[in-house]
Amino acid sequence: MSSSYDAIILGAGIVGAACALECARGGMRIAVVEGDVVGGGATAAGMGHIVIMDDSMAQLELTRYSQLLWAELAPELPEDTEYETTGTIWVAADQQEMEEVYRKQAVYGQQGIVTKVLDRPALRKMEPNLHPGLAGGLLVPSDAVLYPPCAARYLLEQAVRHDAVVVPKKAVRIGNGRVELNDGAILESQRIVNATGTAASDLTADLPMRKRKGHLVITDRAPGFVRHQLVELGYLRSAGSSTADSVAFNVQPRKTGQMLIGSSRQYDADHKEVDRSMLVRMLQRVQQYLPGIADLSVIRTWTGFRASTPDKLPLIGPYSDDPTIFLATGHEGLGITTSLATAKLLMNYFTGSRSAIPLEPYLPSRILLEAQHA
Amino acid sequence: MHEPQPETVQIHINGKSVRVATGSTVAVALTLTEQACRISVRHEERGPLCAMGICMECRVTIDGVPSRLACQTLCQPNMDVRTHG
Amino acid sequence: MASVRQHSFDVLIVGGGPAGMAASSTAAAHGHKVAIVDDNPSLGGQIWRGRSFSSASKRAADKTAAAWYRKVQNAQITHLSGLRVFDSAQAGVLLAESQDGPNSQYGQWELHYRKLILATGAQERFLPFPGWTLRNVLGAGALQSMVKSGLPVAGKRIVVAGSGPLLLAVAAYMRAHGAQVVEICEQASMGQLAAFAFGLLASPERILQGMQYKLQLLGTPYRTGCWPVAAYGTQRLETVVLSDGRRTREIPCDYFACGFHLVPNVELPALLGCHLKNGFVEVDPLQQTSVPDIYCVGEPTGIGGLEQALVEGEIAGLASTGRVEQAQPLQRERKKMQSFTERLEKAFALRPELRRLPDAQTIVCRCEDVTFSQVREYASWRAVKLHTRCGMGPCQGRICGTAGEFLLGWNANSVRPPILPVRFQTMAVAPAIQEIKSQNG
Ligand SMILES: Cc1cc2nc3c(=O)[nH]c(=O)nc-3n(C[C@H](O)[C@H](O)[C@H](O)COP(=O)(O)OP(=O)(O)OC[C@H]3O[C@@H](n4cnc5c(N)ncnc54)[C@H](O)[C@@H]3O)c2cc1C
Ligand SMILES: Cc1cc2nc3c(=O)[nH]c(=O)nc-3n(C[C@H](O)[C@H](O)[C@H](O)COP(=O)(O)OP(=O)(O)OC[C@H]3O[C@@H](n4cnc5c(N)ncnc54)[C@H](O)[C@@H]3O)c2cc1C
Ligand code: FES
Repeated sequence: MSSSYDAIILGAGIVGAACALECARGGMRIAVVEGDVVGGGATAAGMGHIVIMDDSMAQLELTRYSQLLWAELAPELPEDTEYETTGTIWVAADQQEMEEVYRKQAVYGQQGIVTKVLDRPALRKMEPNLHPGLAGGLLVPSDAVLYPPCAARYLLEQAVRHDAVVVPKKAVRIGNGRVELNDGAILESQRIVNATGTAASDLTADLPMRKRKGHLVITDRAPGFVRHQLVELGYLRSAGSSTADSVAFNVQPRKTGQMLIGSSRQYDADHKEVDRSMLVRMLQRVQQYLPGIADLSVIRTWTGFRASTPDKLPLIGPYSDDPTIFLATGHEGLGITTSLATAKLLMNYFTGSRSAIPLEPYLPSRILLEAQHA
Repeated sequence: MHEPQPETVQIHINGKSVRVATGSTVAVALTLTEQACRISVRHEERGPLCAMGICMECRVTIDGVPSRLACQTLCQPNMDVRTHG
Repeated sequence: MASVRQHSFDVLIVGGGPAGMAASSTAAAHGHKVAIVDDNPSLGGQIWRGRSFSSASKRAADKTAAAWYRKVQNAQITHLSGLRVFDSAQAGVLLAESQDGPNSQYGQWELHYRKLILATGAQERFLPFPGWTLRNVLGAGALQSMVKSGLPVAGKRIVVAGSGPLLLAVAAYMRAHGAQVVEICEQASMGQLAAFAFGLLASPERILQGMQYKLQLLGTPYRTGCWPVAAYGTQRLETVVLSDGRRTREIPCDYFACGFHLVPNVELPALLGCHLKNGFVEVDPLQQTSVPDIYCVGEPTGIGGLEQALVEGEIAGLASTGRVEQAQPLQRERKKMQSFTERLEKAFALRPELRRLPDAQTIVCRCEDVTFSQVREYASWRAVKLHTRCGMGPCQGRICGTAGEFLLGWNANSVRPPILPVRFQTMAVAPAIQEIKSQNG
């Protein structure tokens, strides 16, 4: 038995679901292969912050483009997606970090992104529970928050409305236009999209990707305790580094009134268990910024894995060895944000149409080539 | 030396004083005075379900600390209890 | 910032019910440093807490209780009441937080042990039906527990329903406290009870006897094959509706005490990696779990009631302190009780009609207010959690997950720290594991 499709998407995380919808809406015959719960991978673990980041120019372009796509989609998102334009405040601890605030404002401004510098009193007025000694911050009003598993499910449901087929199986082998499933069935297509997140290297050999573990903590409801997603400016250093374990202050108000707390980054920690010392470091950091959080109650902790590449940019597009295999993975800590742009770029590549931003910085060949030259 | 135990204690629920037998839990004080512990997500009034610290339906604010379990907390003299927090 | 208190013990017992009391007093007999930790203000667990017993009592059950209280008092045991274990820092170290009572001061407690005995008891199983979220609809054991902690019920009209021998114990207790128990309504059929548990003459008295109760029900109607279908009232309970499958009756009452037998508290054993089988902690004849140096006793190993909890506690108390031979006669005793546990389980097996208790609008997850219509399409616990928030609230699925196991076949078994909600600042304290102080008395 074999069936053939215009494209087969492997994985129904937020990235796979977004790709499925984009391709199906474009009139392609799509199969989505998902071996587990829809949106149950990294998509179920992460924070769901739709955020513009400027670690590199390419990252800024991709996140900005995606954030606009989310804002466009927002009106049709169902209630349980919990989409809310909370805005982000990048919190500056001291005068030195205020310099960074101004630098960031200038960079964002060049891209036409509206921001607002907050001095100490302004910050205090917006977020009274932050430590009064903090110097200020940068407000990015267009950033948003959503609940990723329901967003993934919604995107997939829409793909199905455009005749995509969901195959609830695990892919065990792919290549040369064929996908072999765990029940022995074969699916055929000239476009096989590996969107299986951190599992992508199980199906495609030699991907330049490492797992990067993160811890998360959720509190009981305390509506209004914080109102924007609050991130310390040091976060960029933490996210950008590729060596040491790190923690950064990152607190998100959920629509439920709960506080979702990140974020830690650890390489080469492969087990899912909560690592107490990491957790404690992270929580102590949060308590320094938000002393009043001490009395709220914590109801659950968990971990998740980011698919991390050397330059912190995703792998989108053809994979050099096999012309039938395409990648849509490696989104590190930004895959919720960048899923919609990833889908657009991939679809543009398939149809040969012009994309809104250049694809080159995200092509897998950039790293694979580099590796060959090294 | 044993201090004689007073037979009742007075606590304050949402600012109103209430007297209950010594040894009563806060959940008992709330049930006696026909008050809910909390308002649920869909705005229902809720009271104790399990009385053993499992269901979390009896969460109240005690002496300023949120999410305390009324069913596992004994009434102490002048304790300040806030419901619907 | 919150402080850490460190203590270290030869044998640490978690759970201060009969099983834990038996385990601790037995373990303490030979100069071992023993502590017992429980999240309630006082020892006694679900059955003994809040009552006083006298060895002069004519009732055998009271004598037993009095004897165990005396043993615990006379032994050198550190009582850590009002302390709730929420996580394990590493093998040999549990973390706890103060709740209330003598140790009332928030902060983290680090409890080090060589041997650990888990005696965490059971909770009632709750099944959702229209109106079950109204105030004054609560568990059967829950209402009893409220009365034990001071709630007067004299003159109140109470309907007791659900399943299990607990219903009878609760009804008798309420009557003894002056309540008007309108009726007791057991979902199991008389035939089922008679076949498995209590011989041909299944009667409330026989069942109570089987549980060593000498309490009187004095003509309170005990209806088998009868279950609750709804509760009505504006915010607070006014009437309940009972059904026997053919007709329904609406009965006015002040409290509706309703629980469907018991389910074990296995979160802590699961967090520690103890192997579970059919939802219970697997133990060997010396009560040892699959994890070295960790024992488990009482309800988490099987819903066997008081006698079994006491014997298991004693066995573990001996085994954990190296007195294995002395445990042998007790092991034979325990073995005999095994069949009682199995018969109990069959006698009170839930009838399939109960799967139809909730209607579309009935709230299943009380923490997050998720309705039955939202969850009934889901076959997997993980999927329903992720897509509907069912089980994501502060009780972490202890109520809805347990119901869903019966209603929809979920396997609600995802424990993560903290096993019970804990203050942020308590969670944020770094375990100071190196240096170990100790305390006794
Ligand atoms: C701690 C943490 C915090 C984060 N916070 C944010 C944030 O605030 N904002 C943001 O934008 N991003 C954030 N992220 C990143 C984001 O969560 C991920 O980048 C994104 O979820 C990746 O989605 P995905 O679809 O690629 O992968 P996944 O969600 O992992 O999906 C992969 C899917 O493939 C399936 N699969 C795997 N193998 C197979 C197979 N062989 N056959 C069939 N199916 C298979 C899996 O079951 C899974 O459903 C965070 C990540 C972490 C870990
Ligand atoms: C609600 C209820 C009411 C009951 N009423 C009766 C009755 O009237 N008659 C009868 O014969 N049987 C009754 N039972 C059954 C009875 O509890 C058992 O048969 C018997 O008490 C078993 O003893 P145990 O020590 O195993 O458990 P329990 O008596 O339940 O004791 C366990 C103790 O451990 C504590 N604990 C659990 N986890 C933690 C933690 N993480 N940290 C600190 N402490 C913890 C609990 O709070 C509890 O005090 C009832 C059971 C329940 C659940
Ligand atoms: S009533 Fe269930 S936790 Fe208090």
